[in-house]
Amino acid sequence: MRRRLIPARIGERILKVAGWSVVALIVAFIILPAVVVAISAFNDRAILTFPPQSWSLRWFRRAFTYRDFAVGFQNGLIITAFASSIALVVGAGFAFAIDRYSFRGKRALEAMLTSPLVIPHFTIGLGFLILAAQVHATRTFALVIVCHVVLVLPFVMRSVYVSLRNLDGRLELAAASLGARPGMALWTVTLPLLIPGLFSGWLFAAILSFNEFTASLFVTAQATQTLPVAMYNYVREYADPTLAALSVIYIVVTAGLLTLANQFLGLGKVLNVEHAR
Amino acid sequence: MNKRPFLALFVTPAVLAALASAAALAAILQYAFRAYVPGSLDPGGFSLSNFEALLRPLYAQVFVQTVWICLLTAFITLVVAYPLAFALVRTRNVALKSFLLITAVTPLFLGEVVRTYSWIIVLGNTGFINSILMGLGLVERPVQMMFTTFGVVVALVHVTLPVMVIMLAAALSHIDVDYEKAATSLGAGPVKAFLTVTLPLSMPGVVAGVSTAFAWTFSAFATPQMIGGGRVSMISTLVYQLGFASFNFPFAAALSITGIALTFAVLAMAKQAIRPLEKIGAH
Repeated sequence: MRRRLIPARIGERILKVAGWSVVALIVAFIILPAVVVAISAFNDRAILTFPPQSWSLRWFRRAFTYRDFAVGFQNGLIITAFASSIALVVGAGFAFAIDRYSFRGKRALEAMLTSPLVIPHFTIGLGFLILAAQVHATRTFALVIVCHVVLVLPFVMRSVYVSLRNLDGRLELAAASLGARPGMALWTVTLPLLIPGLFSGWLFAAILSFNEFTASLFVTAQATQTLPVAMYNYVREYADPTLAALSVIYIVVTAGLLTLANQFLGLGKVLNVEHAR
Repeated sequence: MNKRPFLALFVTPAVLAALASAAALAAILQYAFRAYVPGSLDPGGFSLSNFEALLRPLYAQVFVQTVWICLLTAFITLVVAYPLAFALVRTRNVALKSFLLITAVTPLFLGEVVRTYSWIIVLGNTGFINSILMGLGLVERPVQMMFTTFGVVVALVHVTLPVMVIMLAAALSHIDVDYEKAATSLGAGPVKAFLTVTLPLSMPGVVAGVSTAFAWTFSAFATPQMIGGGRVSMISTLVYQLGFASFNFPFAAALSITGIALTFAVLAMAKQAIRPLEKIGAH
């Protein structure tokens, strides 16, 4: 065996320190924009400068009182509520069908429903816009909701499918052996056990739908524009830090929701980056 | 007894949703083969002129630039995401694991507008980086990062990172640590054990991650639009411009169709590349 220049133990320690430094740098790269946005949100001046000369909360006030943001927020809530709930019903039912049954066209249907993962959002948005034009429909809430259902469906399916896989099938058999009919076993055994998976699927869908931008830009009109679309329009018109203030609120709420989801549901399992035991 | 209770009940809504996507895609496909009538929102008759126009240098160049940006972003993202995914999977500290996971995943849910806007403040001429550089006296004039391919790629790497981390972590978490231990017990140092055992076993995840990153970058719109500012064009920004500035929906549709074909070709190539790799990892 070759002789080592440095004793193995010290070498390993150096490697460990180097490795964690790299990870720290990467984490810094991820967090940097959020930190910078947070600092500039409290900048008193209307022009973005670093470091801010004086501090104020006026951009938060403006973010809360700017009319398009309020309307976009309301529209977003309406669209998100419908889209994520419809996607939950459709996606959970189909995930159950994939897990339990074999039927004709199963693969094709699955491929069609997961295709929005690889088809660009601008293409899907353009498709629904042209579709609406062809049937001479205007850009209503219904159009935006259908578009969002299609976009978030793969995430709901995945979330529910993973929790179905982790389910102990014997519990249903036990219910059946005790005389429960299939519907009864489904309702009283399977469904309650699936609630964490259903909830996390719904939550992912809701967050994604609320924040979806590209497709929404194509399918929303002035009356149906969502918050991200209103934010995009704002940047094109104004250069002040109002959007920074709004971004801070966004980041805090989203990170909070995800921490909560991780606490109760185990984000790692849902995303398949750790094994369920 | 019915062996498949409630099948129709569970599948019918899914069929309806699939029909909605199919109808939207069919609408694009149909428009792609129609002529553009200037000044009218309705397309003309059957025509191949949209696809001919794609070959014009102006548009062909956007295609080349898009593919270049996607490849660059996918590979840089891979290099940045791998150590993070590795740390995420291997650390035994529960709090640290949660922190890394939340940090890696949160940007995914923030949406492109918030993230891109943040990068404008970081990269702008009076932004974070330039203020530091000028404050330290390292440069006299701001370094131009907005409206450049560099700026767009940096922001796109940030946007694509979460997906890559998730895919790599999924692959890494399925590798049995015992293989590495076996290598170490046979005299391999930690670096050698990683390079000869863990890295090859994670290759399916790497290929899947790179191809997904490619597709995501291809799909990105807000980032090239806001940071590229019209000076860095990608297919996505061109489609939007054609649709909403010149109302040339037939050509926008043709571009989109070609884009889908390109994405699927890349994904198919990746699938071919994964096949032999999965045989190594099979156990």
